[in-house]
Formats: sequence, structure tokens, C-alpha cells
Amino acid sequence: MKDVFIISDNILSPLGNTSAENFSKLKDNISAVKQHNNPSIADEPFYASLFDAGMHFIHEDNTYTYTKFEQLLVASIQQALQKGDVDPADKKTLLIISTTKGNISLLETEQCNKALQKRIALTTSAKLVADHFHFINQPLIISNACISGLLGILTGMRLIKNNHYENVIVAGADVISKFILSGFQSFQALSKNICKPFDKDRDGINLGEAAATVILSSYKRTENDIKVVSGSVSNDANHISGPSRTGDELYQAINIAMKDAKLNSTDIDFISAHGTATMYNDEMEAKAIASAKLEAAPVNSLKGFYGHTLGAAGLIESIISIHSLQQNIVLPTKGFEEHGVSKSINVCTEIIHKPLQNFLKTASGFGGCNAAVIFSKQ
Amino acid sequence: MTEEKYIISSCVISNSSVLKNNEIIFSCNDDDLHSFLISLYHFIKTEYPKFYKMDNLSKLGFLASEILIKDEETVKKYKPGEIGIVLTNANSSLDADEKYFQSVKEIASPALFVYTLPNIVIGEICIRNNFKGENSFFVFENFNAAFIQQYVRDLFGNNIVQLCICGWVDVLGENYKAALFLVSKNKAQNAVLFNEENLDRIFKTV
Repeated sequence: MKDVFIISDNILSPLGNTSAENFSKLKDNISAVKQHNNPSIADEPFYASLFDAGMHFIHEDNTYTYTKFEQLLVASIQQALQKGDVDPADKKTLLIISTTKGNISLLETEQCNKALQKRIALTTSAKLVADHFHFINQPLIISNACISGLLGILTGMRLIKNNHYENVIVAGADVISKFILSGFQSFQALSKNICKPFDKDRDGINLGEAAATVILSSYKRTENDIKVVSGSVSNDANHISGPSRTGDELYQAINIAMKDAKLNSTDIDFISAHGTATMYNDEMEAKAIASAKLEAAPVNSLKGFYGHTLGAAGLIESIISIHSLQQNIVLPTKGFEEHGVSKSINVCTEIIHKPLQNFLKTASGFGGCNAAVIFSKQ
Repeated sequence: MTEEKYIISSCVISNSSVLKNNEIIFSCNDDDLHSFLISLYHFIKTEYPKFYKMDNLSKLGFLASEILIKDEETVKKYKPGEIGIVLTNANSSLDADEKYFQSVKEIASPALFVYTLPNIVIGEICIRNNFKGENSFFVFENFNAAFIQQYVRDLFGNNIVQLCICGWVDVLGENYKAALFLVSKNKAQNAVLFNEENLDRIFKTV
């Protein structure tokens, strides 16, 4: 089967408008998570990574027709398209959009009727974004909880490997509003400070908003382009809102991804974990990592930098890790101090400089879904 | 040429009627969708108390899946990790989203919030049957037989699934439709070819 390369990428977050800017902020240990006091989102102050209120992300006459969610997607895709030669209007190019809640914040301010339902529909947003760039293929929308972004990359990889497309642009975004924040609050899943993935005192997640884009292609443009090698998805078949107690199903996905990539545990140079900093998620991931005999591999979670950016999370964390691979730098897990999971995994606490070849990215979400994808240098 | 795959069972729920393999097995004119789903639950004589806490999208998908795989012995032949679910719809979880956001005005309900993701219905079917394989949820304006058959065919071709439930489960208010297909490499009695034409034909029967 043919190789699939990442030929361009973009992260649009409160930390910056390009992947390079974002990576450099993370290297300097700068987090976008801070305390907000915004009564339109929550009655009490909360920690999250948010764009400044009223920000516009694209500067064109017709911006009024785009919601914040759509602007984020357009801005991120635009930035990613600046590098390379991919033509959205080519019949061999596909757009994938990953999101969990899209335009759901409109429910908070608008009268609920048929017109609003149509405006909220993900297909409406996808069409606006696709038309902006003159894509001729109908965009593919993935909404699979917190694995949406990583599943977007995996789906794009499969569509290219199976010869359906030459280029796939995968873009993900989510916007934090009262709807989402109140939901995580009702689960008592929000941290009272900047989150602490894998730490013994971890007390929940932070939420974050962002957009991110990767462009996948069947042929490389430079010797530095990273390959998406393999990946797998599994379901816990255990609980819709709590992860597996054993981690066996995430392990199943990791194991298949490693076998397909023909890699052993010693070949995985680092792991970009989901690491939400909830008690159960981090424990489940640690078990899966141990089952895969990856205890020695440095593990990071980037949730302390960005919070959980939902549909964008898998993309952002993959992109940061791709830049890690290219620069031979493993980033630390911000917020982690003292080991707090039952397996002795190697949570990365400071920047590591060493030659890197492959990394594993994992994600898990509501509905019991798990995804694992392996990325490698050429 | 790629090996043929087969639709070995189908279930369509729409317009107060339920079809299994193109034959009407149930119809009733309850006043609303919720009562219809409860009546159907009683009709299929399933004991699954978790059903009652599900939102309408999960209830509909759950019932369709129960009818789809009832008496399908082939399901037991595969390991949990070999069985996949690929679902699609137009309205994501908007039906549950609206209900959840109503609750926020009083006190935000975690029991409603958890259903504000479309793939929860996949999770419910996996929990019920201990299916642990590939799963993904895509959103399309209309039923997209071309995509489904291409994507699921690749999952078989790449050895990712050995058996797959795929199709459409959509609910918004009183509008609903489910059309699920059980797809296998092995031809069974009454099986039809897994292709775009058959998917569309079965989808449109009610």
C-alpha cells in the first residue's frame, strides 16, 4: 500500500496562528489555560483556554455569514494551504471536518426553530467552509466524540491508501460555550486549576477552543514530511461516559497499530497521550500503555497547555508531536508533578533532546471509543 | 477485483413501521416517537433496563440493532474486536442537544449531556453486544450509500473488520429514520450483494 505524508499543518489556538508559533510557546512552557470570569459561559470563575471575546479570524467582507466555528475552520485551512500545491478544486482532493459540537452555541442565543436547526446542522457549516475554498467533493464530517480529530487523520490516511483520493485536508475545531462547559461541569469533570495529567492530585480537565488542520498526500514534498503509518479504532463496550477499567480496548487499538506498522515497543520513541487529567481516563491509558509494554517510552499530555480542545484535540496533539519528531524534541507534560497512576509509565517532565523516529498518538472519548495512530519519519 | 460482500440482514424503521429483511414485522400508530419506541421495545420482548435511560436516537439505534442481529448466529462466530459499527445521520445529536440545553436553564443534567454526541448510539450497541471493533460516526445531509459501501468495503479489504453493522440512524423531534445493514464476507440465505443499489433500495422501502 502507498505511503501517506503530512505535507502541511496549522494550529490556530490562543497561543498563536501557526504551528511554529504554537510549538515555540510550548517549548517555552507557556500555557493558554487561565482563569476566566465570564457569566455568559458559567456563573463561577473557571479555567479554560479561550480566544479573546469578539475576535475575528478571517478578514473578508462576508465574515458575517460565518460563525466563530466556521471562521476558525476557514482560517486554519487557509493557513495550511499556503504551504504546498494542493488544489481544493481537484477531484482527487477531499476535505474532512472533525468536530464534536460545531455551532451548538447558537442554541444559547437564538430562538429554536427549523431555520436554526438547519443553521446548526454540521452539513451547513461544512458546505460553507468547502464552498469558501471551492472544493468540488462533498466534505466528509466526522463527529465521534473526543477521538474525532485523530479519527479524521486515520480516515484520511485510509482513503488515500485505498486510492480514493490523492490529497485529504483534515480540519477540526470546537468552540467553548455555556452548552459544553455546563455539561462537563455537571459531570464534575472540570479541574479547579490548570489540569494535572497523570498526577496523583489530578482533579479533572480544562476545556479549550482551537482549530487545526493537516494536509495528507500520497506523495511527499520534502524529505522532512512525516508519514502517517497506521492506526486503529476500538470500543470499550463498557460504559458510555466512563472509560474501560482495564485499558484492554485502547491496548487492542495500540497493538493493531504497532503490528500494522511492523514496530516493536522499543521502536516507539514517545507517546502523545490523551491525558485528560480525569482520574479514570489517565488510569485507563496507563494500563493500556503498560499492556503494550511501552512503560519506558516518554509520555506527554498537552492538555495543560491547551485544555481539551475536543474535535481539534487529536489534530493539535498530532501536529505538535510531528514537529517534535522533526526537531528531535519530546515536550513535557505540563502540570504533572507526582506519579499518580497504577502503572509505572514514563511521564515526560522536562524537554528531552534525542534522535526520534516514531511516535504513537492515542485518544479516547465518550461512547467508549479509542483511537491509536503511529507517525514516523521517512 | 475485490471480493464481494453481502448484506445478510437489514432493518428499517420509519413512518411507524418496522421492516426486517424487507418484511413488515411491526407497525403502530402511537401519538409520538417516544411512545412508538416504547411499544416497539415491548414488541421485541427484550429485557434491557438501560433502554429506558437512553435518548431517542440511542433508543432507535438500539432497537434497530436488536432486530437486525436477532437470530443471526454468525454474530457469535467472531471475536469482539472483529465486529465494527459505522453509522451516519443528518442531525448529529441535535435532538438530545435541545433537550439537554433545556435542562441547563434549571440544573444541567449529566444524564442528558452524555447523549449530546451522535456516536453514543454506537457505544450503546457495543455495550449491549460486547462489540469492540472499529467504530465511526459520519454526518451527511442525506443517506450516502456510495460512501458507506466504499468505506465498509475498505474495512473488510484491509482486514479491519470481519463483520460490520452500518447504516443510518437519525432523530430530530418527531422525525426519525433508521436503516441498519449487517454486512458479511459470507453469503447467507436471502443475502443480497452489498452495493450502492441495494443499500438505496432497502433504505427507501418505507
